[in-house]
Amino acid sequence: MRDTTIDPDRRRSPLAAAAGELGRGFALIGESPVGVVGLALVLFWVAVAVLAPVIAPYPPNAQYLPFAPPGSAHPDGGLFWLGADHLGRDVLSRIIWGARTVLIFAPLATGAAFVVGVGLGLVAGYQRGWIDDLLSRIGDLILSFPVLVLYVVVITTFGASAINIVIAVTFASAPGIMRIVRGLTLDLRNRDYVAAAQTRGESAWFIMVREILPNARGPMIVDACLRLGYVIITIGVLGFLGLGLPPPDPDWGGMINETRGMALYAPHMSVFPCLAISSLVLGFNLLADGVREVAMRE
Amino acid sequence: MILFVAKRVGLGLMTMLAISALIFLLLEVNGEAVAVKVLGPYTTPEQRQIWLEANGYLEPLYIRYFDWLTRLLGGDLGQSIRFKVPVADIVWDRLANTALLGAVTFAIMVPLALVCGVLAGMREGSLLDRTISIGAIVTTSVPEFASAVLLSAIFVFWLGWLPGASPMVEGVDPRQLVLPVMVLVLYGAGYIARMTRVAMAEVMQTPYIRTAILKGLPYRLVILRHALRNALLAPFTVIMLQINWLLSGVIVVEFFFAYKGFGALLLEASLNQDIYLIQACAMVAVVVAVATQTIADVGYTYLNPRIRFD
Amino acid sequence: MTHPPDTPAPPARARDPVPGGAAGDAAAVPVLEIDRLAVTFDSRAGPVPAVVDVSLTVAAGESVALVGESGCGKSTVAMAVMRHLGRSGRIAGGTVRFKGRDLTALSAAELRAVRGREIAMVYQEPFAALNPGLTVATQLAEVPMVHEGLDTAAAIARARDMLCLVRVADPDRVLGAYPHQLSGGQQQRVVIAMALLSRPALLLCDEPTTALDVTVEAGIVALIGEIKRTLGTSVLFISHNLGLVREVADRVCVMYAGAVVEDGPVADVFADRVHPYTRGLFDCIPTPGTDKRARPLSAIPGRLPLPQERPAGCAFAPRCRHALPGRCDAGAVALAPRRGRPDHAVRCARADEPLTPDGASAAREAAPADQGEVVLTIDGMRKYYPVHDRSLLGLVGRRGVRWVKANESLSFVAHRRQTVAIVGESGCGKSTVAKVLMGLETATDGRVAFRGDELARRPVRKRTPDQLGALQMVFQNPTDTLNPSVSVGAQIRRVITKLGLVRDPAVAERRMFELLDLVKLPRGFARRKPRQLSGGQKQRVGIARAFAGTPSLVVADEPLSALDVSVQAAVTQLLIELQRSRDTTLLFISHDLMLVRYLADHIIVMYLGRIMEQGPVATLFDPPYHPYTEALLSAVPIADAGIGKRRILLEGVLPSALDPPAGCPFASRCPRKLSSICDTTPPPVQRVSERHTITCHIPLDELSRVGPVFYPLGGAPQPEAAD
Repeated sequence: MRDTTIDPDRRRSPLAAAAGELGRGFALIGESPVGVVGLALVLFWVAVAVLAPVIAPYPPNAQYLPFAPPGSAHPDGGLFWLGADHLGRDVLSRIIWGARTVLIFAPLATGAAFVVGVGLGLVAGYQRGWIDDLLSRIGDLILSFPVLVLYVVVITTFGASAINIVIAVTFASAPGIMRIVRGLTLDLRNRDYVAAAQTRGESAWFIMVREILPNARGPMIVDACLRLGYVIITIGVLGFLGLGLPPPDPDWGGMINETRGMALYAPHMSVFPCLAISSLVLGFNLLADGVREVAMRE
Repeated sequence: MILFVAKRVGLGLMTMLAISALIFLLLEVNGEAVAVKVLGPYTTPEQRQIWLEANGYLEPLYIRYFDWLTRLLGGDLGQSIRFKVPVADIVWDRLANTALLGAVTFAIMVPLALVCGVLAGMREGSLLDRTISIGAIVTTSVPEFASAVLLSAIFVFWLGWLPGASPMVEGVDPRQLVLPVMVLVLYGAGYIARMTRVAMAEVMQTPYIRTAILKGLPYRLVILRHALRNALLAPFTVIMLQINWLLSGVIVVEFFFAYKGFGALLLEASLNQDIYLIQACAMVAVVVAVATQTIADVGYTYLNPRIRFD
Repeated sequence: MTHPPDTPAPPARARDPVPGGAAGDAAAVPVLEIDRLAVTFDSRAGPVPAVVDVSLTVAAGESVALVGESGCGKSTVAMAVMRHLGRSGRIAGGTVRFKGRDLTALSAAELRAVRGREIAMVYQEPFAALNPGLTVATQLAEVPMVHEGLDTAAAIARARDMLCLVRVADPDRVLGAYPHQLSGGQQQRVVIAMALLSRPALLLCDEPTTALDVTVEAGIVALIGEIKRTLGTSVLFISHNLGLVREVADRVCVMYAGAVVEDGPVADVFADRVHPYTRGLFDCIPTPGTDKRARPLSAIPGRLPLPQERPAGCAFAPRCRHALPGRCDAGAVALAPRRGRPDHAVRCARADEPLTPDGASAAREAAPADQGEVVLTIDGMRKYYPVHDRSLLGLVGRRGVRWVKANESLSFVAHRRQTVAIVGESGCGKSTVAKVLMGLETATDGRVAFRGDELARRPVRKRTPDQLGALQMVFQNPTDTLNPSVSVGAQIRRVITKLGLVRDPAVAERRMFELLDLVKLPRGFARRKPRQLSGGQKQRVGIARAFAGTPSLVVADEPLSALDVSVQAAVTQLLIELQRSRDTTLLFISHDLMLVRYLADHIIVMYLGRIMEQGPVATLFDPPYHPYTEALLSAVPIADAGIGKRRILLEGVLPSALDPPAGCPFASRCPRKLSSICDTTPPPVQRVSERHTITCHIPLDELSRVGPVFYPLGGAPQPEAAD
C-alpha cells in the first residue's frame, strides 16, 4: 500500500544504495521527535569526543587550583567553567576527554557482545536441537547471575583493566543478545521465503546470513541502542566502585568515585560528570524509543 | 503442574551447582594465590606451603571442590580475612539490612510502577502516556550512582533536609532510608513501568478487549476484569527478575550511602581480596537470584491458564 | 447521492416476521437504517475516507449481507454502527438509526446500554475474540449481569441455556473451560451465545466463518439462519463470500471503494446482477457451472484504488469495461432504484442500459489435457512426527514417544501436464505431502518416485541441482513468500544462478526479465522491494521463482487462499497458462473444492492423514461419493443461483491425529456409518473406475444410489432451497 512510483530505471551502485538506506534511516528518525532529541544528544557527545583535543580548554591531567568552584578564574587567565577537582584538574576538560573513553569502550564492548550474541543466536535458533539446548542453558546460567556480582567476581580475579572490562561486559551481555536473536530466528525460520531458499538448495550459512539476519535488524537496532546505554552505565558503575579503568586518565565513573567523599562540600566535582553520563545514556535510550516507534509504523 | 514445578526446581538447583563450581574455579583454582591472599604478601614460601597443606589445598581440585561444597551446605562459609571472624557471623546481619532496604524499595516501586504503566498503556499515545513514557525513559537513563550524587546534592547539600549517609549505627532510622530507597525506586520503577505499559497497550489492542467493550461493559470492568489480568502477566516476571537487579543495585547504593548491607560487604570483600567472603556473598546472591527466577517461572505458569490447563 | 426518500422499505418476506421480543410490534420501523454514512480515519498523511456513502436498511427479522473485497470498508460499517472506530476514526457524515434512534448522537452511557444488549456482534476470529484468561462462564455471565442486573447464579443458568440453544454439545464442560480448550467451531458458538445472551434485536456478523473449516462453517451458517427464524433477530452479515451470502441473507448490499454499488433482494441480485463490479465479482468465482475449458474465470482488471486516490465520478470506472468518458467520470453517481424495480438499487450511470455480457475473454481450449507419462509416483507414503510425552505418567510409565500420523499410507500418481489437487480441511495432512515432496521433511516410510529418482528419504540438502530445479514450490502466504530485504529482481536472479542454469550475470538478468514478462509484471518491478507490491503481485513473483528452472512438477500449497477473489481469478489463469505452455505437472493443495473442481484433472480428498477418495474431476463430483466427499461438497457455499444442493451437517469433532480411530478415521462423524465395523476395521479401497477409488466399508452400489449433491434449479432461483 506504499508509494509505488519509484523510478525503475535508475541504476544505483551498492555504495549509493547503502547511503540511500542510511539517508532513509535519518529521514525516518526525523518523524519521531523523541528520536530526534536522542540522536542529537548522541551526536553531540560523539562530536565532543572527536574534537576533544580542540575544544578542551586544558590538559585533562594538569593540576591547577584544587577545589576551585565553577566559574572561578584560572591562573592562566581563563575560567574553570565547571570548577576544578580535589587535585586541581579542570572538570570540564576531564569530562570532554572522558567522553572519548566512554565512547571508545562502550561501543567496543557492545559490538563484541553483538558479534558473539548474534552468531550464537542465529545458530541456536536456526539449527535447533542439542546445540540450541546447550547454548540456551549456558546463556540462562550466565543470565541468572546478578550482573554486578559477576563483574565484581571477574574483575577481582583478573584485575581491573580496559580489556578485562570489555571481556566482562561481552561475557555478561552476549547471552541476552543471543536470546533475542534466537527468538527472532525461531520466528523467521518458519517464513516461506526461508523454505523457498531451502528448496533451491541454499546452505544453512546463506540462509542465516542473507535470509534471516537482514529481516531481524529492526529489533536488533533497538536492542543495540538500549544496550549501549546500559553498557555505558555499567562502565560508569565499575569506575564509580573503583573497579574501572586505572587512574589518572579521565573516566566519568572514576571522576565520581574519586570525589564522592567530598560531595557534601564541593558537589560540582561529581555532579557534572553525573549529568554527562546521564545525558549520553538518555540519548541512546531516546534514540531506541524513536527507532522502535518508527519501525512500528512501517 | 507438579512435574513442571519439580523440573523447574531441579533446574534451579542444577544452575546453582553449576555456578558454585564456576565461582570455585574462578577464585580457588590457584591455591598459591589463595595462600597469598589469606596470609598476606609478606609471607615466606614455607609458611604458605604449611598453610596449603593444613587447609587441604594440595588435594586434587575435584576433592577440594566437594569438600568446599559440603562445608558450604553445612553452613561453614570460612573465615573472613579482613574481619577475622567466621564469614557466617557477618553475612546474615548484612543480608537482613539489605532485605529491609529491598523490601521498602519494592513496597514503593512496584505499586508506583504498575499504576503508571497501566495508566500509560490504557490509552496509548495520550498526553498521560507520553508524559509517563518519557519520564520512565529519563529515570532509567540516570545511573544509580548519578542519581545518588544528584539527589544528595539537592537534599543534603542545598536543602539540608536529609542525612547524606545511612550507616544505621543507632538502629533503624527511617530518615536514613529515604535517599537509598529513592535512588533504587527511581531507577527500577521506570523499567517496570515501561514493561507494564507495553503489555497493557498490547492487551488493549487485542480483539478480546474489543469484544468486552462491544458487550457494553463499563470501562472500569473492561480494564479491571479483562485487561489487567492478562496485562500483568508479563510484568510479573519482570518484577521477580528485579530482585536479581536489586542485588546489583544495592552494591552501588550501599557503597555510596555507607549502608551496612550485603552489597557493601561484597564490594568491601572484593576490594580487600577477602576471598572466602567473596565466595559466600556470591553464593548467597546466586541462591537468591536463582530462587526468585524459579518462583517467577512457576508463578507465571500458574497465572497463565493457557499453560496451566494444557 | 443515495436512496430517494420515497424508496419503500423492502417488503417483508413471507416467513420472516416472527413474533416475540421487541421486533414484533416494531415491524414498521426498520431495526437498522444507515443513511449516507461516511467514516473517515485521520492518519499522519491526512484524512482517509474509508467509507464514503453507505445506505442500507435492515428490517425486523431480516438478514442483510454486506459483501465486498478486502479494503472496501465493509467492516468499518459494522464498527460505525457500534460506534467503535478507535481514536482516529470518526463518523464524517450521515446517520445510523437503530429502531428510530440516532446512534451517532448517543452519550457514552446510552451507547453502553445498546452495545451487547440491543446490538451484539460476532467476530471473524473467535479465538482472538475471547479472553484467554477467563473461563467461558465468566465471559458469558457478565453480559446479563451488566445489562439486566442478574445475579451470578441466574446469569450462569442463562448462559448454560444459551449454550444449549447454539448447540454446544457439552455445555457444562464448556462453561468451566478456558477458550484455548475449545475447538474453533465451539469457540464461535460460544461467541454467538455471548452475543445472544441479552436477546439483541440486531446481530452484526463480521466474517464469522472465514477462519473456520468448511464443514464447521456450514454448521455455523445453519445456526445463524436458525437464530434468525426462531428468535426473530435481524442480522447484518459481512462477508467476502458470495456463496455464503446466498445461503444466509435475504438482501444483499455490494460494496466497492467505500460505497454501496448495488442493493437488492438476494434472489434478484444473484439472478440479475446489474453493476459491472457485481458482475465482475461473479465472473471471478468458480461454481459448479464453471470449467476451465468451457467458461474460464475472468478477473477484474486493475486494482482497488486507495481511499485517498479514488477517482472523481464512479469509483469503479477505471476498471470498468463499460465506462464511458464524460459520463462515468463526470460527477458522483447516485445509488438509484432500477427502472420498474424499486427494490433493486444500483450505483451506475448506465444501470438501465443493456450492457454486453462480460467474461470469456481468455482463450478457450476444447480438449482436456492429454495424459503424458507418469512424473510422480507416491506409494504407501507415511509421515509420522514424534511427540515426546511430557506428562508425569509418561515419564514414570516410560511410554516414551507417541506419533502424530500426519500422512498414513498415501498412494497416487501424477502425469505430465496434469493438475493433481489435494483437498481437505485443516489438519488433514495435505501440506505435509508438499513438505515431504520438497524434501523439507523426509518420509517415515513408503516410496516417492519422481522421474525415476527415489526422494522419500532424501532431504533437500542432498538433492542435485537438477532435482531441485525440476521440483519447485509456490507458497501460501504472499506476505511471507518473498524476503522483505531483497529486491524482487535479485531474488529471481538468485534462483536462476543457484539452480546452476546460468553463470553469466548478464544472461541471468535477461532471464529474470523474461520471467517477469512471463508472469505479466512490468520489468521495472525488478528494482522494487516486496513491500511495494500487492498480494497478487507478490504471488506472481513467487510463481516466476518457481518456474525459473523449467520445473517438471510445481507444488502449489494454497497459493490463492490469502488473495481477494478478483485477484484469485487472475492468478489462477496465470498458473493454468504457465502449466500448459511449460508442460508442467501441478500439484495443487487447497481447501477450496470449487476452485479445485475448476482447476484440476485429478482430485485427492484427504481426511486425518489418509486418502478417502480420489478420482478424475469428471466423476468425483457425481455419485458414488465417499460420505466425507459428499459432506464436504454439501458444505461448500454456492453462489450460482441456478444450482441447488442437498445439506448434510457433520456432527462431532475431528479426532486427534495423535490418537486416530482404529477403523475408518471418518467413522466418528460419518452420517452414513454402518455399524461397529467402521470403528474397528480399516475400510477397503473400492475401485469405481480405473482411476477412481473410494476407501469405505459401504458397498459401491449403495453409494451409487445416493443422489447428487448439486442439482440444477428449474425456473426462479430459490435462495434457501432444499432444506
